[in-house]
Order: sequence, then C-alpha cells, then structure tokens
Amino acid sequence: MKKVDAIVKPFKLDEVKDKLNEIGVQGITVTEVKGFGRQKGHTELYRGAEYVVDFLPKVKMEIVIADTQVDEVIDTIMKAAQTGRIGDGKIFVTNLVDVIRIRTGERGEEAI
Amino acid sequence: MIPLFNLYRELSFMKIKISGHRPTSKKSWAMIALLFLLFTLLPSLALAEEAPVLNSGDTAWMLTATALVLFMTIPGLSLFYAGMVRSKNILSVLMQCFAITSLMTILWVLYAYSIAFGGDGPYWGGLSKMFLAGVSVDTLSGTIPETVFMTFQMTFAIITPALMVGAFAERMKFSTMLVFMTIWITIVYAPVCHWVWGGGGWLGNKGILDFAGGTVVHINAGMAGLVAALLLGKRKGYPTTAMPPHNLGYTLVGASMLWVGWFGFNAGSELAADGVAGMAMAVTQVATATAALAWMAIEWVKHGKPSVLGIASGAVAGLVAITPASGAVGPMGAMAIGFASGFGCFFASTILKRALGYDDSLDVFGIHAVGGIIGAILTGVFCAESLGGAGFGGDITSIGDQLAVQFIGVGATVVYTGVVSFIILKVLDGIMGLRVTEDEEAEGLDLALHDERGYII
Repeated sequence: MKKVDAIVKPFKLDEVKDKLNEIGVQGITVTEVKGFGRQKGHTELYRGAEYVVDFLPKVKMEIVIADTQVDEVIDTIMKAAQTGRIGDGKIFVTNLVDVIRIRTGERGEEAI
Repeated sequence: MIPLFNLYRELSFMKIKISGHRPTSKKSWAMIALLFLLFTLLPSLALAEEAPVLNSGDTAWMLTATALVLFMTIPGLSLFYAGMVRSKNILSVLMQCFAITSLMTILWVLYAYSIAFGGDGPYWGGLSKMFLAGVSVDTLSGTIPETVFMTFQMTFAIITPALMVGAFAERMKFSTMLVFMTIWITIVYAPVCHWVWGGGGWLGNKGILDFAGGTVVHINAGMAGLVAALLLGKRKGYPTTAMPPHNLGYTLVGASMLWVGWFGFNAGSELAADGVAGMAMAVTQVATATAALAWMAIEWVKHGKPSVLGIASGAVAGLVAITPASGAVGPMGAMAIGFASGFGCFFASTILKRALGYDDSLDVFGIHAVGGIIGAILTGVFCAESLGGAGFGGDITSIGDQLAVQFIGVGATVVYTGVVSFIILKVLDGIMGLRVTEDEEAEGLDLALHDERGYII
C-alpha cells in the first residue's frame, strides 16, 4: 500500500477530487497548509509598512491506495492540478505499513 | 410688545372707571403716577423672562448624540483597533476599551465632571459638583437637562483614554493601564477640558475655537499615547517582524461606526438642534470624505494600489481634523482641512514614524495628535467669514490673532499632557511596571492576561 501526499493550489482542489472520484478513489483527507518552493512570495502593505510574505496558501491531499493504482492516481492528480506556472505543487509517495478501518477492524488493502 | 399695550389699555380703562372722566383729581394723578411707574418697570420685567427653558428638540437631539458618541467607543473604536492587532491580542484591545468605558463613567460622576465643569476657575473647575451634587432631574444646562450635558461630556471622557489604547496595544499591563487612566482623567483630561470648555477656563476666555475637542480629546490622547509608546518601548520584533492587521474587515466596520457616530460628537457639541449643528454635521461629512480620498490617492500613487487600511485611516484623520473646526468652518474650509489632514496624517503615520523608529502601534500620535494639530491650526484660518466660516472666537478680529490663540491652545495641551503623562507613567513603572513579560507578549495578551482566546476554531 502506498500513501500519496499531493500539495496543490487551493483552487484546484475540487477538480482533483472529482477526477480522483472518477477513477475509483474512495477516500481523501484534505488540510489547508502554507508553504513555498521556488514560487516567490508577495508583498503586503499596511500603513506604509511593507512585508514580504514568503508562505503561500496551498492544499494538501492525503490518499491511501493499493500499489497497483499508484501510477494511475499520480497521472490523474498531475493532469487535474497542473496550470503550467510555478507553484503548481508536488506529489510525495511513501510506503504505508498498515491501514485499519475503525468501525470493523479490517486491516490491509481491505481497509482502504 | 403686544402684552405691554394690552396692559396699558387695561390700566387706562381702570383709570377711566376710577375717575369717571371728571376733571383730574388727586386720585387720578395717583393712578397716572402709578401707571407711569409700572410702564417704566415693565420693559425690564419683559427682558427678564429670557431665562433658559427646557427645549425638547435640543434635548431629544442631545440624548441621541450622547448615544452616538458612546457607540463610537463601544464598539466603533474597539473594532477599529481590534482588527489592526494580531489575532492573539484581539480580546485585550476590546477588554481595554470596554473596561475604560466602565471606569471613566464612575470617575466622571464621582468627581471628574466637577473638575471639568463644576466651577469658574481658570485652570480647575473645583469639586463643588462631586457626586453630581446639585444635578437633579430638573436642573438645566442651557436648554437641555444638566444630566444630559453631563452624560454627553462623559462620553468624551470615555473615548479620549480609549484612543490611547492604540499606542500601547499588544504590550501594556491591564492593571497598570487601569490605574494610569484613573490618574490621567483626574489630572490631565478633566483640567484640559475645563481650560477649553469649562466656565472661566483660560483657553476658552482667550477665544480659542475648539468646538468638539481637537485639543481636549485628540491632541491630548495623541500626545499621551506617544509618551506611552516611547516609555513602553517597541513590541518584540518590531519593525522587522511582520505584524499585519489580523482582520481588516473589523477595522473598516469600526471606522464606519466612528464616521457615523462622529455626527453625535461634532454636531452634538452645539448642545442644541439648530443651524450650527446642521453645519457641523455637513462639514464633518465633507472633511472626512475628502481626507479618505486624499489618503487613498497618495497611497495609490506612492505604492501602486489603494488599500482598505489606507482609506479607513484617511477617513479617521479627516474626522479628527474637523473636530475642532466643526462649529466654525464652512464646507469648502472643511474640504481644505480634510485634504490637509489626509496628507499630513499619512506622512506622520508612515514616513515620519518609520524615520523616527518609535512603535506607536496603531498610529494614535500620527492620526490623533497630528490630525488634531492640523485641524486646530486650520480652524484659526477657515473660521474667517471671508473664507466661509462662522467668525472668530471671543473678542478676536483677525486670522492672525485667532491663529495665535489656536497655537497657544495646541502648545499648552501638547506640553502639559506630554509632561504630566510622562510623570504618571514613570511613577507607575516604578511601582507596578508598565509592560508585560516577554513570554506573555509572545503568547498573546488574550491568554496571558485574560485566560481567553479570541477565536476558538
């Protein structure tokens, strides 16, 4: 099993979620985060005081999938989240040790 | 005149009845003499009936104006400031304003009203009206009940210390703040108020024009705020750490409430519902709008984009500057004052503040002191009838003389408030400390001083 963390631009959330639903991904966890990569921050101005704001708002999506689905999920996310401009985000893939469904106690791929 | 005629006629009929048209006897001469005597006395009796009487129109307006000015503090000013601090300090600002409102109320009725309006001394009104002695349901102050006048003035005594909150926001101890305000209203606000508006006050006697409190409220609060900001020192991390306003929506809502409430502040200072009040309302509106656009324009040119904080600040700057002028200038003079304060306060709050490096957190000096000074000085110019104004104060006959008095008033307030506030703060610093600890400041005053969170999301 793999865990896919995708950090995308906030306005892309709905599009990515819909496309993932279409390919059969059942569950996603979403957090609002802020961060930066190579995308520069912006300046804000308050009564003559100019601040450079490095962090930009992003959305992090966490998806747990079977090994066989990883490539399809990555493809889907990339197509949906891409704008072509700096700041589109990143996808991280990690190995997952176990998954447990709380309601029934099922473990492993059955619990995804 | 008509009552006099009727009375004369009646007395003549009396004389005819008594004497019956016979040749003028001793009795007739006595009647004629009596008539003559009464006739000479009547005019003075007629003039004596000019004692002030309760005017319900004036009273209704002043009751409303009082509510409007209280509204300016809670929640107008409270929200204006609350939105500008960091979210961890929002409650501390709201708490300070609310507590000041309550505390100043009590002190005002206990003795501060008396110091301001209780007597005729040049510098001090005395304690004859302590505990509101002599102020009853029926007592009048002009054409309104004295209770209404007292409460109206109370709302001014409330907002002046509340304005200072902006200067020491995010780092002053709540307990020390309460003690400071108690002493400050007693030996700074109430006396200065007496100098300008109290019977026999020395600045009032010189003919100063300060209709609604350019000196008494704004320069007073602005100077004391600056002194407090300097003595407390800069917030940790200022000016390199970003401390943007956490909720500019609140700030704009607060500024809007201030704008509307200021009609009570300025037009209410006429203490009557008449043409002067009407003009005060009109010039308030004109000056504020002009200043708001002026600040917006200069920011647009200088930084490339107009901002919400800028236009709100500009509006408040205009409101402050028109305050002393509102009873004396016309609409075009108001426009000039708005223009000057929009630019002047922008300069003081951005360029000057950055250059001198002090941390006047919410620009109490930059907007209230500087705006008050600009307004007080320009009042001396635009009060002239040739410039659309209502005329000079007291016995003054020229712009030059009026300006001189305005400068004296500004200077006296600046020096007195600055020096005395400094002394009070220094003493309190020694006794109980002015500033919170570094940890408390980092954690946020809401949790550190009040055990509460402003936002539980």
